[in-house]
Amino acid sequence: MSMSYINRPNRPLHVYALLYLAFLYVPVLFLPLFSFNDSIFIAFPLKEFTFKWYEVMFNNEPMLAALANSVKVGVVTSIVATFLGIFAAKAVTRYRMPGRGPVVAFIMLPLVIPGIIFGVSLLILLSELGVRLSLYTVTLGHIIVCVPFAMVTMIPRFEGFDASIEEASSDLGENMWWTFWRVTFPVVFPGIIASFLLCFTISFDEFIIAFFLSGTEPTLPIYMWSQLRFPDKLPGVLALGSIILMVSFVVVFAAHWIRNRGMPYKRVGGV
Amino acid sequence: MSNNSSFISIQNVSKSFGSVAAVSDVSMEIGGGEFFSLLGPSGCGKTTLLRMLAGFETPTSGEIVIDGQSMSAVPPHQRPVNMVFQNYAIFPHLNIHDNIAYGMRKERLPQAELDKKVEEMLEMIKLPGYGKRRSHELSGGERQRVALARALIKRPKVLLLDEPLGALDKQLREQMQMELRALQRSVGITFVFVTHDQEEALTMSDRIAVMSKGRTLQIDSPTELYEKPITREVAAFIGTMNFFDGRVVSVDNDQIIVDAGALGIVKGIKDTTNFGVGEMAQIAVRPEKFSLSIGAPNGVGNFIEGNMISTAYLGERSYFHIAVNGIDQPIAVSAQNSASADINIRDHKGQVWLGWPDAAVVLLKQDASHSQAQ
Repeated sequence: MSMSYINRPNRPLHVYALLYLAFLYVPVLFLPLFSFNDSIFIAFPLKEFTFKWYEVMFNNEPMLAALANSVKVGVVTSIVATFLGIFAAKAVTRYRMPGRGPVVAFIMLPLVIPGIIFGVSLLILLSELGVRLSLYTVTLGHIIVCVPFAMVTMIPRFEGFDASIEEASSDLGENMWWTFWRVTFPVVFPGIIASFLLCFTISFDEFIIAFFLSGTEPTLPIYMWSQLRFPDKLPGVLALGSIILMVSFVVVFAAHWIRNRGMPYKRVGGV
Repeated sequence: MSNNSSFISIQNVSKSFGSVAAVSDVSMEIGGGEFFSLLGPSGCGKTTLLRMLAGFETPTSGEIVIDGQSMSAVPPHQRPVNMVFQNYAIFPHLNIHDNIAYGMRKERLPQAELDKKVEEMLEMIKLPGYGKRRSHELSGGERQRVALARALIKRPKVLLLDEPLGALDKQLREQMQMELRALQRSVGITFVFVTHDQEEALTMSDRIAVMSKGRTLQIDSPTELYEKPITREVAAFIGTMNFFDGRVVSVDNDQIIVDAGALGIVKGIKDTTNFGVGEMAQIAVRPEKFSLSIGAPNGVGNFIEGNMISTAYLGERSYFHIAVNGIDQPIAVSAQNSASADINIRDHKGQVWLGWPDAAVVLLKQDASHSQAQ
């Protein structure tokens, strides 16, 4: 009996998938590769293996300052965006509110508006208001960009758990705040962690909005971009880029793992 | 615990969701310590009524009073009621001990005393030592008991149960029915029990409110509901019922005589329902009130000749369908398969005789909406 085309392996598709993955990831691998190359030129053939660019990086004060700026902005952004995302997701999934559709669309808008449009308009708005550009303005821009991501991360958590456990809590004598603290929060906690990590990564490598809204203190992407003009600084940037790449991978996988680990809650109550 | 006859008073309560009326002008009084059931098909408003007692829904109009206190301005978390949810709603992030102890936070008991109370509840629901387990490790029946313990530890004045046995298999359900009834007697708390299963309601309840389309049809004890339904809808919903059309020919002090066409002249007992001579009436007879014989009965009473068209053997009882000339629907008859029962009748084909005593006849008012239904 010949196999149905539904189950039959498809060789051309396999080749296509491999080429696709290579196209996606091989350029990224050049970053760590050249960060260990003993030459200031990013070119083949490779020279000796070295750790010196990592040493250079750790002695580069302005770069470390930029890294610290990015971490600060990322932490504040991810906390604020995640909390806004929790409340928005709860409202969207739990309550029958008038105008729900337009409200959700409005919150989701930053996902589709090009960053450059967003950056320019925020810049115009802030300068009209006379606000001085600083890390605060960068953080504000990042929060707006991150809220929709936080919200889409949280919505499945809220949809996944049975609203009757919140009713049960209220039935057992707890008011709205205690119910949130004792039931809602712990049940959606894995989603909160996932959202926090996602928002942090988005903020950490965001360039366009930070470019328009940062004042005298650059975030890391801005700093790295400014260093590209000086060839001798480039390997140091590559070293830092390699570290960030590794940390990002760890963070994204951790977020994914936490989100999946929490999912069995989804079926709770349905017998 | 109060024993007055209107411990819970539901006064002209209505609830609409948009343009849909879920509950329409329902009034009832539930006594203290009573096991009271709300019975009806899905969508009849029974769960909405229960949720209004719990405070999760606000009546569109009308008032609910529990133990002399109006519930209008009382939010769910301050009501003297607790609920067992249909899906049990066990907290997934807490173990069984913490689930049962959940509602005790405000009591501020010392840990040792709280642990002792929880262990007592676990003993009561026959799950001692289960405190450390989580809800996904429990079976449906065990979760149901945990939900019960979690509500009862608060010693509510009223326990609300929303189809708590619906998800259990038949044997476990019957066992839980007995246990729940025994538990209710021992704790003396008023139970308001929602179910669509008429057998369950008959088995467990002191009184039952039969609901349909947001209204109450009849509120009575199980025996009264079964033996003396006041409308055709109730008669048809509780158990099986044969209906015949007839016209009242005479009414005297204790008897109503009805001409039922092919069924002959039927005598019904006169009780509270008034009939005028010439009025149309519904004659309702339960399947088990008929007696079945192969030969013509030689005693007194009512009988009619018919033709056995099908039999079904159900173990403890058998069901028969008898076609009678001049009556559209075959008549349903059931008989116990007791040791003394006539075994021949189960395999019998063809002519049989149906007999019934006058007391078996329930006379109902002709219901306009149902007169052409069957």
